[in-house]
Amino acid sequence: MAIRVQAEDFDVGAELAALSDGNPSIGGVASFVGLVRDMSKGDGSGDSVSAMTLEHYPGMTERQLAAIEAEARTRWPLDGVLIIHRYGRLLPGDRIVLAACASAHRAAAFEACWFLMDWLKTKAPFWKQEETPAGARWVAAKEEDDQAAERWYKRAP
Amino acid sequence: MRILYFAWLRAKIGTAEEEVAPPAGVATTGDLITWLQSRGPNYADALANRAVVKVAVNQDYVSMDHPVAPGDEVALFPPVTGG
Repeated sequence: MAIRVQAEDFDVGAELAALSDGNPSIGGVASFVGLVRDMSKGDGSGDSVSAMTLEHYPGMTERQLAAIEAEARTRWPLDGVLIIHRYGRLLPGDRIVLAACASAHRAAAFEACWFLMDWLKTKAPFWKQEETPAGARWVAAKEEDDQAAERWYKRAP
Repeated sequence: MRILYFAWLRAKIGTAEEEVAPPAGVATTGDLITWLQSRGPNYADALANRAVVKVAVNQDYVSMDHPVAPGDEVALFPPVTGG
């Protein structure tokens, strides 16, 4: 099990290499890296975000991430799972999260990685506060994130 | 009983955590929120819309009818926005 909740940045290349090193039965590693975006909306219409602070619930965060990893392992044949999630104040372009899954075949690795991110978005107790020219504001949860997580209940792998 | 608040709930209530001793009639998470709302305008305001209040007891998500007991760690927070 590899769950890390930390303020520090991480080295994506080194983390992915470590996930598969020494296990030649792994055929592939799928990963997702989440970044702080400099605009609140991708179309450029939102207020600029100069920084973001991530708050979390120490203890429950690790517990929920471990539960999400355990659920992924029951659904797909995985040889390695890694979730790193940062907290504290981050700037646009900074890495927030890394989710990676190693498996013999790509389908399991891709699907499990997507699942980790969808469940993490709706279950891991993190909250984002953005700094904008108009002041600080808490990011609201998105309906589409709930829907993205829901589909994994309906669909068997 | 230890109560933890996060994100805008913490900001509105004005504290991150507190020890409370609710009266005997407070048996569930829903009862606890109703009781907390009576403790002042900051609580009443923060907890006014229960649709945006999530509850965890001893670090697991629970519903509004989950039992609470002395010694529990109860956390109240808005829908999560990590990832």
